Amino acid sequence: MTFDKEYFNIGYLDRLSYRDTVIHRLDSRAKVIATTIFIITVISYPKYEVISLVPFFIFPVLLITLSDTPFKFVLKKILVVSPFAVFIGIFNPLFDTRTVTLAHNALISAGWISLLSIMMKFALTISAAILLVATTSFPGVCNALQRLGIPAPFTSQLFFLYRYIFVLMEEAMRIVRARDLRSFGNRGTGIKVFARLIGILLVRTFERAERIYEAMLSRGFGGNMPSMRQFRFTISDAVFVFLTMAFFFALRFYNITEMIGRLIQGITV
Amino acid sequence: MSHHLVVFDSVFFCYPDGTEAIKGVSFRITHGESVGIVGANGAGKSTLLMHMNGYLIPMKGSVIIGDLYLDKKTRQEIRKKVGVVFQNPDDQLFMPTVFDDVAFGPLNLGMSEEKVRERVDEVLKTVGCLSLKDKPPHHLSAGQKSAVAIASVIAMRPDILVMDEPASNLDPRSRRQLINLLREFEHTKVIASHDLDMILDVCKRCIVIKEGRVVADGPADRILSDRVQLEENNLELPLSLQRL
Ligand SMILES: Nc1ncnc2c1ncn2[C@@H]1O[C@H](COP(=O)(O)OP(=O)(O)O)[C@@H](O)[C@H]1O
Ligand SMILES: [Mg+2]
Repeated sequence: MTFDKEYFNIGYLDRLSYRDTVIHRLDSRAKVIATTIFIITVISYPKYEVISLVPFFIFPVLLITLSDTPFKFVLKKILVVSPFAVFIGIFNPLFDTRTVTLAHNALISAGWISLLSIMMKFALTISAAILLVATTSFPGVCNALQRLGIPAPFTSQLFFLYRYIFVLMEEAMRIVRARDLRSFGNRGTGIKVFARLIGILLVRTFERAERIYEAMLSRGFGGNMPSMRQFRFTISDAVFVFLTMAFFFALRFYNITEMIGRLIQGITV
Repeated sequence: MSHHLVVFDSVFFCYPDGTEAIKGVSFRITHGESVGIVGANGAGKSTLLMHMNGYLIPMKGSVIIGDLYLDKKTRQEIRKKVGVVFQNPDDQLFMPTVFDDVAFGPLNLGMSEEKVRERVDEVLKTVGCLSLKDKPPHHLSAGQKSAVAIASVIAMRPDILVMDEPASNLDPRSRRQLINLLREFEHTKVIASHDLDMILDVCKRCIVIKEGRVVADGPADRILSDRVQLEENNLELPLSLQRL
């Protein structure tokens, strides 16, 4: 069952966050700030931008290398969510049929370019978000948000959301397993049974979520996510935030790719 | 001393679907007592225990823990005194690693990082799970989960320890370790279990619950040797007494 396999891999992202590298040691706030600015910068590009987005891949690639995160893992996660990006952009080529001229006088409809742009923005933002969690852990991110001034009810909701996704998957797996053990051949796997299973899944998830909340309360949870690594915002964190910000702003407001392009042209001509 | 007192006075509780789970339960547990709660499936043991840390609030009657009268306002305070280990360990482990899970309570109590680390190592050692420290809880076996769930509660050093069927997933050796652990725990203990041998080993007093009412309350060795009464409650004589 691939479902089981996925399930046993659920904790992988969390486990990555327990490594100890330069990136892992950074203050979680620094990483949250850098990632947020990165995402905002990438999203702020206009609809038809493709070339200018390319240099932004340096950020995730650098993080992957420095934090020793398996590249394949990040790639896989991006592939898993890419259907959503395709879904958002798939109609662009149909509706947006203006043609634009590329180099060497090749023609292409503007819709394809905007689809490509959407895909790139998706890949960039998703990989940044995954890397943030993979180097900080989800509770760590929640804790950082809290210390950055986001109200505690909001950050703890975020934590619950994350935790309950696991609960939902676990319950789903149990139900599917129980069904498969008692349905022989195709009997019991039809759509009618399936619809009822979804109902049971929701009820069970809801009840379990409540019991987990109860367990948290009984261990003194008062709305704040506690955190172990008592981070201090050090010089290296400040340098990290400053450098990444400077890098993103430079890319955004000076057309660096064009400048490099011109430079190369200048050399070759 | 009155601060580890647990008093139930004609407690009545009815679930939203109309099931009357607790129908007028009264007892008084004093400081340092160890009390076993036994009864058939569905007798109301779990429901009863959920009143001890204010997860449920009685519909009629009252619950007093220490010197606090249980209501919506005091339950936060009561939770700091009463550690509850629930029936299903899956519901209690919610952090990414065993370490984080056990550290969750102590951190909420405001302990320093160093102290927390010490405390976590200590309790994990007591339940024999120190080597699992960095594992994610959902990758543990059922018995290991139970042990970690117990560790996460005793890490808070509660005044009153409440457990709902703590030994049901444990292998014989872990069960024995748990029993030794519980015997060392000097504060008030309340344990619901089908494992009557464990109750006999750990508890001096025993309360039998049937259909939401107390049907017997007295010294564990007397109650647990009353074959007729036990069988009326879908229970059997403890193995250690059967041989006699
Ligand atoms: N959430 C619930 N909603 C409705 N009825 C419940 C709920 N939980 C338990 N009950 C019912 O309350 C009674 C007591 O249950 P419980 O306290 O879990 O028993 P025990 O732990 O002794 O096996 C049972 O009849 C059970 O069906
Ligand atoms: Mg029960």
